[in-house]
Amino acid sequence: MHIDDQLRERAKKAIEKKGAIGPDVNLHEFDDAPVPHSYMADEDLCAIPGEEQKQLIMAGLDVTKKERGGTYFQKDTEVIHCHSPQDGIEVIPIRKALEHHDWVRDYYWKLAAVDADKYTAAAELGLHDGYVIRSLPGSKSVYPIQACLYLDKDGIQQNVHNIIIAEEDSELHIITGCATSPHLKRGVHVGISEFYVKKNAKLTFTMIHNWAEDMMVRPRSVAQVEEGGLFLNNYICMKPVRSLQMYPTTHLIGKDAVARFYSIIVGSPGSEYDLGGRIFLKHPGNRAEIVTRTISNGGDIIARGHLIGEVPDIKAHLECRGLLLNGGLIHAIPELEAHVDGVEMSHEAAVGKIAQEEIAYLMSRGLTEDEATSTIVRGFLNVDIPGLPPQLKAEIDRAIEESDKDVM
Amino acid sequence: MLQIEDLQVKLGDKEILKHIDLEIHPGETHILFGPNGSGKTSLLMTIMGYPQYKITAGKIIFKGEDITDLPIDERAQLGIGMSFQRPPTINGLKTRQMVQLCARDAVDEETLAKKVNFEGFLDRDVNAGFSGGEIKRSELLQLLAQDPDLMLFDEPESGVDMENISLVGKTIASLLQKGFLDAETKPKMQAKRDRTKMGLIITHTGFILDYVAADKGQVLYDGMLSCVSNPHEILNCVGESGYEECVRCISTIN
Repeated sequence: MHIDDQLRERAKKAIEKKGAIGPDVNLHEFDDAPVPHSYMADEDLCAIPGEEQKQLIMAGLDVTKKERGGTYFQKDTEVIHCHSPQDGIEVIPIRKALEHHDWVRDYYWKLAAVDADKYTAAAELGLHDGYVIRSLPGSKSVYPIQACLYLDKDGIQQNVHNIIIAEEDSELHIITGCATSPHLKRGVHVGISEFYVKKNAKLTFTMIHNWAEDMMVRPRSVAQVEEGGLFLNNYICMKPVRSLQMYPTTHLIGKDAVARFYSIIVGSPGSEYDLGGRIFLKHPGNRAEIVTRTISNGGDIIARGHLIGEVPDIKAHLECRGLLLNGGLIHAIPELEAHVDGVEMSHEAAVGKIAQEEIAYLMSRGLTEDEATSTIVRGFLNVDIPGLPPQLKAEIDRAIEESDKDVM
Repeated sequence: MLQIEDLQVKLGDKEILKHIDLEIHPGETHILFGPNGSGKTSLLMTIMGYPQYKITAGKIIFKGEDITDLPIDERAQLGIGMSFQRPPTINGLKTRQMVQLCARDAVDEETLAKKVNFEGFLDRDVNAGFSGGEIKRSELLQLLAQDPDLMLFDEPESGVDMENISLVGKTIASLLQKGFLDAETKPKMQAKRDRTKMGLIITHTGFILDYVAADKGQVLYDGMLSCVSNPHEILNCVGESGYEECVRCISTIN
C-alpha cells in the first residue's frame, strides 16, 4: 500500500479515539470545510485593520516584518502569506512541501503518531495546511521567523501540521502565535508539530497563544534532539480559552543533547488548561529542564511534567510554581522517573497565594497594596530564560505586560 | 517628630509591648538596646505599620499626624522607612527595579549602589540568595533611594563583613545627616540645627556607635522601655553586668 494510503487507513481507525487525557472534544460540532481567503502581499498585510493587527502583534506577528527573518501566515484553512528572505532559512507551506519536496516525507508523521487520537487523525484526514521551517546546515537565523495561525470564521475547525528542522550546526529561532479574530467566539484548533534538532543545532521555539473564550485547542507535539543539540521551547498563554490540552514530548537521542521547556500560563475563569511536558533523557550528558509558572484568576490549570532518566550522567529538573489570585484550581503533577543509578533528577513545586510578607515589604517602600501585588505578579511571571534572543524576550515581556491589566 | 504615647501591642495573644512612651525629635537618633525577645523588632514593625502587630492602646504620632491606624504604604509616603533584618525575597524583581520603585522618580541606581558597594547585585532578584551582609547593604541602598525622614534600622551591622562595616556605618550616618560631610562643611552647631532626619537603630554589638553619633540610648526589656541614657554608658553597663542588672541599676538611679 502507498505510504499516504497507509497513513489514511491508520487515521481512519483512530477518528473516534479519545485523547489520553483532557476533556473530549466533539469534532462533529465544528466545521472543517475550506474557507477561501486570498493571498496577501506585503502592502495588504500592512492594511489589516488596527484591531486585528493588535491581535496579531499579541501573538507575535508583526505585519511590518521588521526584525523578522521570515513569515508564515495562515488564516483559517488558507495560507495567506509565506516569505523567507533569509539565506539558509526555508519557510514552505506543508501541502506545497509534500507535493514538491520528497525529503519532507522523511519527517512527516515520523515522530508523532497519526493514530494517537482523534485529533492527530483529523489532522491527517482533513489537513488544511501548516508550515515547514528549516534552517540549512551551518546557517544562523539572525532574526526570528514568525508564524501565525489565525482563526477568523466562527465555529471553524482548523487542522494544521508543522515540521521544524534545524539542520546540523544551524541556529533557528521561531516565534509562533495563534490568535483569533475579535468577532470569533467558538472554534477548535488541532495542531501537529514535529521538531528535528540535529547535531549541534540550536532551536528556540516560542509559542504565544491568544485564544477566544470558547476555543478548544489540541496541539500535539513531538521533538527529537541529536548529539550536542539544544531545544528551547517556550509557551505563553495569558488569554481565556474553553479547553486547552497538550503534552509535548521530547526525545534526547544523542549525547549532550539538551531540552528546556518554559511555560507561563494565566488562567481565566471558565478556562481549563491541561499542560505538560515530557522529556526522555536517553544518552549521557543529556540535560532537561521544565519550568512552569501558573497564575489562576479563577481558571483550572493542571500543570504536568514528566522527566525520564534512562542512563547515568544525566541531569534533569522540574519546577512548577503556581499562584492562586482569585479562586480556581492549580494542580501540579510533577513526575520523575529514574531507571538507573547515577542520574541527577529533582523537582520543586509550590502552589499558593502571594505571601503577605512580600506585599508588606513593598508597601514599606511606598507602594500601594495594588501596586505591590502587581509588582510581585509581574516578577513571578518574569522567568529568566537562558539563551533566548532579545527580540523574543521582548515579545514575552510584552505579553506579560499586556496581561497584567487583565490579571489585576 | 515621632511621638509614641502609652503604646500597647499584641502579637497573636501575647502582649509584647507595654506602655511605651518615646519621643524622637527632628535630627535625633536613638539607639535601641535589649535582649533577644524583648520586643525591639516588634516596636519597629509597629511603627512601620505591620498589621499583625495589633495596637490595643496608645497612639503613634508622626509629623503631627496620628498614624496609629494608617496602613504601611501611607506611613512610608509620610516619610517612614525601615531597614529590615530578614526581608523576603521577591522573585523576578531585580534590585535595580526595586531601587527605582523606592525612589518613585527616576534615580541613578548605579551611583547609589556604588555608595554601598552593591553595583554587582543590581541585576539580581531582590534578596535572592543574598548573605546577611548583602541584605543589609541592599536595605541601605533602598533607603538611599527612598530617602525617608524617620529611619528604623533593625540590626544594620549584623552579618556585615569587616570590609564593608565602615561603609555601612558611614552610609547610615550620612542618611541620618550625621556623616563626615555634614560635620566638615558646616560649623557643628549649624549642622545640628539643620539636621531633620530621625533614626531608631537596634544594635547588639554597638559597632554602629563608632560611626553614628547617637543622641540617646533606650533599653527595651520585657516589652517595656526601661531606661534612657547615654548609649555608650548603656553598652558598657550591659557588657559588664548583663541586661537584668543594667536595667535594675539604672532604674534605681532614675
